[in-house]
Amino acid sequence: MTTFLRVSDLTVKAKDNFILDGISFELEKGKVLGLIGESGAGKSTLALAAIGYLKPGLEISSGSVVLDDNDLTIASDSALRQLRQSKVAYVAQSAAASFNPFFRLGYQVTELVILSGFIEKSDRYKVATDLFARLQLPSPKVFARKYPHQASGGQLQRAMIAMALLNDPDLIVFDEPTTALDVTTQLDVLSVIRQVVAEQGCAALYVSHDLAVVSQMCDSILVLRHGKMVEMNATRSIIDQPQDSYTRSLVAHRKVGDFLTDTPQADDAPLISAENITLGYGKVQIVPNASIALNENEILAIVGESGSGKTTVARAIAGLLEPWSGTIKLRGTTLQGNVDNRSQNHRQHIQFIHQLPDVALNPRQTIRTALMRPLQVFKGLDGAALNTRLNALMDEVELPRDLLGRYPGALSGGQKQRVCIARCLAAEPDLLICDEVTAALDPLVEDSILALLWRLKEEHRMAIIFITHNLGVTRRFAHSVTIMEHGKIVESGPTAQIFADPQQAYTCRLLASEPSTDAGWINARELSGATGPRKHRHDSL
Amino acid sequence: MKSPLLSYTVKRTGSGLISLLLVSLLIFLGTALLPGDAAQALLGQNATPENLAALREQLGLNDPLVVRYLSWIGGILQGDMGISFSSKQPVLEILLPKLANSLILALAASLIAVPLAIFLGIVAALKQDSLVDRAISFLSMWLVSLPTFLTGYLLINFFAVRLGWLPSLSVLRSTADVNDWVAALIMPVAALVLVTIAHTMRLTRTAILSVMASDYILMADIKGLDRRRIILWHALPNALSPIVSISLLTVAYLMVGVVVVEVVFSYSGMGKLMVDAVSYRDLPLVQACGACFSFIFIFMNFLADFLCVVVNPRLREPKS
Repeated sequence: MTTFLRVSDLTVKAKDNFILDGISFELEKGKVLGLIGESGAGKSTLALAAIGYLKPGLEISSGSVVLDDNDLTIASDSALRQLRQSKVAYVAQSAAASFNPFFRLGYQVTELVILSGFIEKSDRYKVATDLFARLQLPSPKVFARKYPHQASGGQLQRAMIAMALLNDPDLIVFDEPTTALDVTTQLDVLSVIRQVVAEQGCAALYVSHDLAVVSQMCDSILVLRHGKMVEMNATRSIIDQPQDSYTRSLVAHRKVGDFLTDTPQADDAPLISAENITLGYGKVQIVPNASIALNENEILAIVGESGSGKTTVARAIAGLLEPWSGTIKLRGTTLQGNVDNRSQNHRQHIQFIHQLPDVALNPRQTIRTALMRPLQVFKGLDGAALNTRLNALMDEVELPRDLLGRYPGALSGGQKQRVCIARCLAAEPDLLICDEVTAALDPLVEDSILALLWRLKEEHRMAIIFITHNLGVTRRFAHSVTIMEHGKIVESGPTAQIFADPQQAYTCRLLASEPSTDAGWINARELSGATGPRKHRHDSL
Repeated sequence: MKSPLLSYTVKRTGSGLISLLLVSLLIFLGTALLPGDAAQALLGQNATPENLAALREQLGLNDPLVVRYLSWIGGILQGDMGISFSSKQPVLEILLPKLANSLILALAASLIAVPLAIFLGIVAALKQDSLVDRAISFLSMWLVSLPTFLTGYLLINFFAVRLGWLPSLSVLRSTADVNDWVAALIMPVAALVLVTIAHTMRLTRTAILSVMASDYILMADIKGLDRRRIILWHALPNALSPIVSISLLTVAYLMVGVVVVEVVFSYSGMGKLMVDAVSYRDLPLVQACGACFSFIFIFMNFLADFLCVVVNPRLREPKS
């Protein structure tokens, strides 16, 4: 095998900032290289540079990218366009956003090959249908006539892979192709990617922040941090013998910790209980007849894929969505369904942290203003007492006090989430509802937020309802777990018990879909028939 | 499967009719509250108390407001808009030729203003922050800031008074041929185009720029499509909804906004007719003009909303 792609000492700058700093690697046809790192590490920039594309505002200041004997760094714009049309392909993270909403899928997928004259216009939908059938899309003929908004995320991702294949590329870049998907859908798409890369015999770059996924998909792994190469080696070497300390921490993050066994017991009534609540929006029923309960100091994870109703349940408990029927009790006292009718005391005891701290914080308010409000409303603090408490809150969430004067825009994602936690903490709640609070964060930042939540729970004896789709986090962090699918509670109980001995088919499938760094994990899944089309697919909803 | 387009059209037509009814009420009340008295204005020097009373009775001015409103609406539904107070002719006969003149003027202005504005908007978006972009933005904002009548008088001053190229008044005789029409139309059209172009142009620019920042445009770029195809074929259709809306609202504004321009240029259209009718206290004529203007405006709004749905697959096609 000869080298197909050679990147040598590549340095990319945005004005005076280094985005990539001296990156070198080689890739042969038939091999898959994983690019891994946290957000802002330069993974996507590197992957795009490999196919001759730089986002506006970036420039290559030194080094070269040689693809099939052409140096892309000195090629003309039209030569690069020609190359991107014919030899390389790109599969983007969000297929839903990357398909033009104006055109039918069959049209978009075949646009390029028709422009270049590879196939006739009249064959357009036939070619698209065949291709969609190859990627196991349900009723491919109908699918080719669909608009993007009429297909699900997993289907669109497969359609995008289909589009990438159609111009018969020698190199495909997969840019976080499964990050936006549910875990069972992810397994299907991963399996499709492995299949097409093997059939096509092309080289591939696989960008991800998920080490487990990369370890299943790639022959070797390049670890990036702050635009620099940390380490590059064969996949098994990276997983089993990481050399650099950063790589070691990434790998350690994946090694699963012990289950929490000391589930807090109830003295009398549970802290919070939802009894037979039925929930819906408008006239559409989402959650029929669900019951959950948790005790003081307990962490309950509600786990499910998108659309399973887990956030809907959390919103009902917080009083943001009035149940159609059923009751919600706090220490045995029935709560009003609508938060507006709840007493200040009740409102204070249940606090809610949102998934996206960017959206949850007012960009025009300083951190001080954001934290002051609950202290004034719930605690009636002002003057020096208020300042003392503000400083104490910042200390508690391990943020420097001088951030109080800043605006959210000046903070990192992890810092903003800490501010949101501090804002809830200010009310001194008994129950903290965390709605996917770490989903938008990098793995190591996620760990630090979880550690913070754990410490605060221990110190303040709070209970936590932890909404998540992440099974790894559930395993490490929650005493008990409730699994939801299509608005129904499938199974619930102590985490260790559910994970060790799931009773329901859906729970089994969910647990089996969670990627692991173990060698041969995905092969075992493919052999056992866990992938591929199923009659009853959540994905096709 | 129920077509979303059909159900939307039915709903939107219903709400359009309701607005039309409400507007007719406003027009009627508005004209009824006009200061001055139609009988007084009509009789002028000949107004004796006896004459006035007789004329009031004859014109139905003594009936209660509700009765007058209902008979007016009933008449319109049967195609009868009443008899003009001043000329004693049916309102419809006076109105129609003037309406045609106004539509010709507004249509001519629309045909130039809308494509030109969209073109300039696209150019400004493509050359974002360049000298061209800034020049287009500055010039169009400057023009839109001038009141219509001032633009009109400036045009007259320059082309009619100083250069003498065009007639200063756009008066059309019944014998007018095509050349007369063109000469009469150039300046009113120019005035209308100049004052309406800025909004459409700026909105087109913003719409294109926001679409250009989306992931599917990045994807089209990475696929290696050429720049022109990306902008005209991938970006423009997705920017159509706001562009269609503002364009049709511009057309609506042109049809209704011709009043001032017609008066400035003495162009014999519906705007001038309405202004004259107000000064003669010719209530049936004023009401008919008002109803006509509001119908055009409401219809254009309906058309804009309808086309927005038609050009957007997400609204047009059912979810699954």
